Amino acid sequence: MTAHVITSPRFKDNAHEAMLSPPLQKAMGNVERNFIERRAQAAANLPEFEALRDAARDIKTHTLKHLDLYLEAYEKKVVEAGGHVHWAADADAANKIILDICRKAGAETVTKGKSMISEEIGLNAYLEANGVTPVETDLGEYIIQLRGEAPSHIIAPAVHVNKEEVEAEFRRVHTHLDPKRDLSEPTSLLAEARGELRQKFLAADVGITGANFLIAETGTSVIVTNEGNGDLTQILPRVHVVIASLEKITPTLEDASQILRVLARSATGQEMSVYTTFSTGPRRPGDPDGPEEYHVVLLDNGRTAMLGTEFEDMLRCIRCGACMNHCPVYHAIGGHAYGWVYPGPMGAVLTPTLIGVDKGGHLPNASTFCGRCESVCPMRIPLPKLMRHWREREFERHLQPQTVRWGLKTWVFFATRPALYRLATRLAMGTLGRLGRAAGRFKSLPLAGGWTKYRDMPAPEGGTFQAEWAKRRRAA
Amino acid sequence: MSTVRDAMIARVRRNLGVSGTDVTRRAAVADRLARAPAGLVPARGQLDPDARVALFIAKAEGVQATTERVAAAAEIPAAVAAYLRRHNLPQRVRTGDDPRLAALDWSVGAGLDVTRGPSDGSDLVCVSHAVAGVAETGTLVLTSGPDNPTTLNFLPDVHMVVVDAGTIGGDYETVWRDLRSRLGKGVMPRTVNFVTGPSRSADIEQTLLLGAHGPRSLHVIVVG
Repeated sequence: MTAHVITSPRFKDNAHEAMLSPPLQKAMGNVERNFIERRAQAAANLPEFEALRDAARDIKTHTLKHLDLYLEAYEKKVVEAGGHVHWAADADAANKIILDICRKAGAETVTKGKSMISEEIGLNAYLEANGVTPVETDLGEYIIQLRGEAPSHIIAPAVHVNKEEVEAEFRRVHTHLDPKRDLSEPTSLLAEARGELRQKFLAADVGITGANFLIAETGTSVIVTNEGNGDLTQILPRVHVVIASLEKITPTLEDASQILRVLARSATGQEMSVYTTFSTGPRRPGDPDGPEEYHVVLLDNGRTAMLGTEFEDMLRCIRCGACMNHCPVYHAIGGHAYGWVYPGPMGAVLTPTLIGVDKGGHLPNASTFCGRCESVCPMRIPLPKLMRHWREREFERHLQPQTVRWGLKTWVFFATRPALYRLATRLAMGTLGRLGRAAGRFKSLPLAGGWTKYRDMPAPEGGTFQAEWAKRRRAA
Repeated sequence: MSTVRDAMIARVRRNLGVSGTDVTRRAAVADRLARAPAGLVPARGQLDPDARVALFIAKAEGVQATTERVAAAAEIPAAVAAYLRRHNLPQRVRTGDDPRLAALDWSVGAGLDVTRGPSDGSDLVCVSHAVAGVAETGTLVLTSGPDNPTTLNFLPDVHMVVVDAGTIGGDYETVWRDLRSRLGKGVMPRTVNFVTGPSRSADIEQTLLLGAHGPRSLHVIVVG
């Protein structure tokens, strides 16, 4: 069972619908305005920022090359601290392990801190189907859980929802509250969620969080939040479960500190998120609070298969969201169009790995290759290059429509014969230039219907790019 | 132990094309874990003690914490009482068993009611003692245990945190060095909380609001 129905195969329709939705377009404007400016400020305020990106990349690269040994070291330290490590090869296995822990704890409700891995494995739907009620406690996750949606952004899951929609949802669900209450301002919505969720935190039997880092040196899991919900999730219930994928392993506290310096700055433009919490094992003798049991579920779900391939670089990803915040395609269509849980450039690379290129193959095509994602990625992941790798695989596996294959083959025929290419383009540009001279544009063109359906094609002025370039070089 | 575990680790080795017994790889990992090299530490926090405390205060206020500085620990109760009066709050706080806080004469605050122990969510104001501050981002460092229960950091509306000026370091690396020298290598308290400002959320239309699930206000009292 998966919580989130995968609609990635109909990406083009999704994108088309998204572009016709005025509320979504307004919400995406918020992303473009806020995140880019804030990150730029934060980066500019730390002279060492670029060098820290190199350091962060090198730490992860080293860790991935020695992942087997760091996993063993990490497990040993968790056990020493009194915790349990569970290994899950795939989503099903992880869900079963977590349900089993919940059942042994006699859990009726579990609170949850924000976890993309939980979204990936469809944990909420699985728990619900098995009689355990999961309650998302991050405000954005709470909103989308009420709406029955997948996140549309990896750090701002409800970024597509406007405040009127939040109000409507709260009125629909919080029926025990005064129907005449004023919820017109974000502050009143936040206060209401705080009140509702406070009760859930105190009543929960099990708390489930993700992890930003798993530290091998000490067997520590680290969460980074602004709301404090992750902490209330993990200190109040009797049992704390951490669900994390295995590439979250980081050698030392110092290494995690290096990466922390680029994480919040890249994500929200904060220098540091409000709460960075390092948890090691269960409650100690004499401790007046904290969980009595501490479990870590280590998930593979296709990640070991990326090691040693061109996609290994993707395992450096720290889920900051900078790539989507800077992506013109994401700005235009939002996160849901990508059709699963990971949107934007990182989703375009990761999704085909996790659900298969047959289902996720459209996503790597949703790029202008402008390169902004790579230019802001704190871990220097070559996202455009990885998207190109997917395009190649998609081509090799004959997954594109026949017309696309013919088009590409035709282009290759000319591109590998430069003289013929120059001749053909000169003839085409000359002809189009003459035909379009009067109107200056074409309303329709053979073989370019995809373009001219939505916009006119400007008429060429007569010369090819190569000819113009050669002319300039001669003049210079 | 678990066959799933062994299979996962074997998959890692196979795909990386490595062996688990390779001496060079083992040495590289053991060395990094043992030395925990510091990496690149920003120059920003590398200051003399006075400038470091000033940077800590400026950074904490930059993330909407409020701060005040008292000359000696004996002034803490009066500072707490005055804060409560200023904000129209009842003269009642919850703290842990921290010996530095327990040693203070709380009666100076004219009827300040101090109770001890973890919070069950009914405490409006809690007072904790931080183990350290970090100047580079105005971050407080709190560790769990009976002295400073973790629930005090998250459940109250107002969190007041005392930090000794002498424990304010320039960077996170200083925190790890000090923890290791206190507890031993590879040993951590159950919970280490880095707290940088009061709780907040921007999940509704990207509007930044304070007081999401954790404290709505964070007041820092720097001592010395």
